[in-house]
Order: sequence, then structure tokens, then C-alpha cells
Amino acid sequence: MNLLEVRHLQKAFGDNAVLRDISFEVHQGSVVAIIGPSGSGKSTLLRCMTMLETADSGEIDYGKLRMLRPLGNGRSAYADKATLKEIKKQFGLVFQNFNLFPHMSVLSNLIEAPVHVLGIKKDEAIAYARELLEKVGLSDKEAAYPCELSGGQQQRVAIARALAMKPNILFFDEPTSALDPELTGEILKVIRALAEENMTMVIVTHEMKFAHDVSDHVIFMDGGVIIEQGDPREVIDNPQNKRTQAFLSRITEA
Amino acid sequence: MEQVLGVFTYIGSMLSQMSEGIVNSLLIFAMTLLFSLPLGLLVAFGRMSRFKTVSLLFKFYISVMRGTPLMLQIILIYFGPYYLFRISPAQDALIPIIIAFVLNYAAYFAEIYRGGIESIVKGQYEAANVLGLSKPHTFIRIILPQVIKRILPAVTNEVITLVKDTSLAQILLHEEMFNLANVIAARECTIAPLLVAGLFYYLFNLLVAFVMGRIEKKLNYYQ
Ligand SMILES: Nc1ncnc2c1ncn2[C@@H]1O[C@H](COP(=O)(O)OP(=O)(O)OP(=O)(O)O)[C@@H](O)[C@H]1O
Ligand SMILES: [Mg+2]
Repeated sequence: MNLLEVRHLQKAFGDNAVLRDISFEVHQGSVVAIIGPSGSGKSTLLRCMTMLETADSGEIDYGKLRMLRPLGNGRSAYADKATLKEIKKQFGLVFQNFNLFPHMSVLSNLIEAPVHVLGIKKDEAIAYARELLEKVGLSDKEAAYPCELSGGQQQRVAIARALAMKPNILFFDEPTSALDPELTGEILKVIRALAEENMTMVIVTHEMKFAHDVSDHVIFMDGGVIIEQGDPREVIDNPQNKRTQAFLSRITEA
Repeated sequence: MEQVLGVFTYIGSMLSQMSEGIVNSLLIFAMTLLFSLPLGLLVAFGRMSRFKTVSLLFKFYISVMRGTPLMLQIILIYFGPYYLFRISPAQDALIPIIIAFVLNYAAYFAEIYRGGIESIVKGQYEAANVLGLSKPHTFIRIILPQVIKRILPAVTNEVITLVKDTSLAQILLHEEMFNLANVIAARECTIAPLLVAGLFYYLFNLLVAFVMGRIEKKLNYYQ
């Protein structure tokens, strides 16, 4: 079953066409890695799918919920407010720079949205938050404030905060790029564990080995188009397109 | 020893002669804070409106309030209704004075709020948005607490200025502390009442600085 289907997605900033006809799908339980050079539109794609950016045209479906549908005249229309609100509960997003709420303790960060958006009772939200903190290895930090944590710990809290909303699909935008190299491992470990539990994830990353090992499907983007996509053993180990080859050889050299 | 006691008795008698003025000054101070702090937030919203005309209108309001003397504003608000509509000026000048103070300080606070709000990074709004938090909820629970922490030093400055600005009320109000001090000084041919008034402002502002310092400390639990 497809949790997410994107078809012919287009997005421009002024006359800078950033996404040009993007189509792909995400199966339940799969891990999709999006790779590509800087400026190729990876973040913009993630932001369009999470409604932080408004797409110009195309189609986005979260299962049966249609977020963006084509009107037939080359334009597209977004769903009504109630549907969009429902769709927002389908996904979570982990940012490159965490974006934790600095004035709230770790536990408060985790329960704010479950309590106020999903209407979960506070003690139940706390119990689940503690479960998640244990999962990301931060049980002893629930009373800490974000500024008291290392970057890696903050990012693990951010992952737990996203999971606290029980999303069907979790997006990551370069979750390790803001971290010191020695801290990336702890994040990748958490994501690997989630993959083992069949969490559906879409991950923008520059960590090729990680993308290769964890993902079921790799999308290589360049200049706002998908150049190549498929099994990581195909796209990463045996790229067919020249641009993919050039990108991969550049990245493995670095 | 006796002399020291004498000084204190003297200060005490001065203060009691000025008591009506002190009450009025405190009233102006408290009412101005009570109303201008929330009004300033509304003015800041107007100033940041995405509708050009609205934001220009509030920008003009702020520039006039900050660009003209508060004393002039007090006079205009008191006598304005008379010259415009021939409504006779209120018997009690206190309310028009407080209105002028509120309108003036709201403009200053608005700019402080605006600076604070604009200093919050976009990521905070985006994180709240993706979690499904509503816009009002995001502002009240996520943005405003961070803004308050950041603007506290600037607000402290304004509050200290306000303490001293209350003396401007004497333009219309006989029973204003500084004015009474002046009257007594003239009558008794001594500068002492003015020094007592100065001491009052100074101690009041020490208290303001102390209280604001405590609040700042309280919000220091995060960076
Ligand atoms: N808000 C915006 N306004 C205007 N242009 C933008 C905006 N956001 C992104 N762009 C442009 O869109 C293009 C794609 O940017 P995007 O951030 O999606 O790339 P990316 O693949 O995520 O790159 P990176 O690997 O550096 O994160 C760039 O040319 C960028 O300048
Ligand atoms: Mg990016």
C-alpha cells in the first residue's frame, strides 16, 4: 500500500523552477532516501510534502487523503482546511537544526502537540513520551532543557517529539548535517532502529553508506528533476546516469 | 543621632505633605503599565500587518508618538476634545493624562515587541506548524515566552523612564508629586523637598530594577 504518492509536482520561486515534474511513491514500511547535490531541490520537495511550502501544480496523496489535486488546466488545488488538518497528523518532520522549543523541558517539548492537537490526556502523553525517550536513549534527560543537551541529544529529542504524534510517515531533512561527525552515529542508529520496526521514512541525506544500508529506495535529484530512482544496489552501486555517477564519485572522494 | 532622627522626621513630613501627589504618580505609573503593555502588542501586530495600509498607518502612529514630546501629547489629549467638538475639558485631568501616557508608551513597547518577535527564527514557527499547533497557540505558547525573555532588558529601560516621566503630569495636575515638592520648596524657601522628591524617584527605580532583575533571573533557566 502506498502511504504517499507524488505526481508531476512543480514548484518555482519567482522564475527559478526548483521542482520540475517530480513523481514518486512511498510504500508502507519502506525507507526512501533522497540524495543529490546542493540546490537540487531536496529540501523544497520535503517542504512541499509537509505544507511548509505551497506547490504550484501536481498531485500529492496521503493514502486516501488528497492533499493536492490537479484541476485539469495545468493548475492544482489544495484540499479544504479540515482535510489538510487531518493530513498533518499523517506525517512528522525532523529538521536539520532540530528546532526544539528552547523554553520548554524535553518532556514538555514531547507532550505539547499530543495534548493540544490530538487531545490526548496529559498523563497518557507523558507515559508515551517517556517510552519514546527510552527508545532514543534519553530517559535521564526528560527534565533537561534543550540548551543543556549536545546536538546529537537534541536531534534525538526532536525525533522523539515527531514520533510522539504517532505519524504514519516520518520525514528527515539532513538530520545529521548540523552535527559534529562523531555525533552522527547516534542519530543514524536511532533511524536504523526505526527502520527495523518498519517505520515509513523519507530521508534527505548526504550519508551515502547510510542511504545504501538502510533504504529500500533511493531517489537521486539534480536541478529539480529526479534523474534516477530505484533500489540502492542499483542507484548507488551501479548508477546508469552520468550525472548520478559524477555526483557519487564526487561525494565518495570528499 | 538626634540630627539623623531629625532628617528622617523632616523627610517624613515632606512625604506626607506630598502624599496626594505620590498617590497620583503611582496611579499614573501603574495604569500606564497595565494598559500600554497589552496595547503595545496590538500596535506591534498592526505594524507587522501584511496589509500595507495597516502597517503604514501604525508606522505613522509610532513615529508621531515617539517623535513629539509627551507633554504636548498630554495637553492635546486634554484640550483636543474642546477645540474639536467644544466638549468642555474633564474636571479631573488624571484620566486624560493616563490616556496620553498609555498611547505614548504603547508606541515604545510596540517597537520593542516587534524587535523581539522578529528575532525569533522561522524554524520555531515551522516546527509548531508541522506538529499541527494552531497559529494562536503557537504565538502564545511557543513564540511569546521567548519574546518576553529577550525584550526584558529593553522593557526595564522603558519602565524606569516611565517612573521619571510621571513628573510630566504636573502640566495639568496640581497634585503631582514633583509639583507639590516645588510648591513646598518655594513656600519654605528650601531645596530640600526637591531632594526628597529625587530620592523618591531614585528609590522607586531601584525597586523597579530589583523586580525586573528577579524576573530576568527567573527566565534564565534556558539560553
Ligand atoms: N524560500 C525560498 N525562496 C527563494 N528561493 C528558494 C527558497 N528556498 C529555496 N530556494 C531555492 O531553491 C533551490 C533549491 O533549494 P533547496 O533548499 O530545496 O535545495 P537542497 O537540495 O535542499 O540543497 P542542500 O543540499 O544545500 O540543502 C535553490 O536554488 C534555492 O536557492
Ligand atoms: Mg536542503
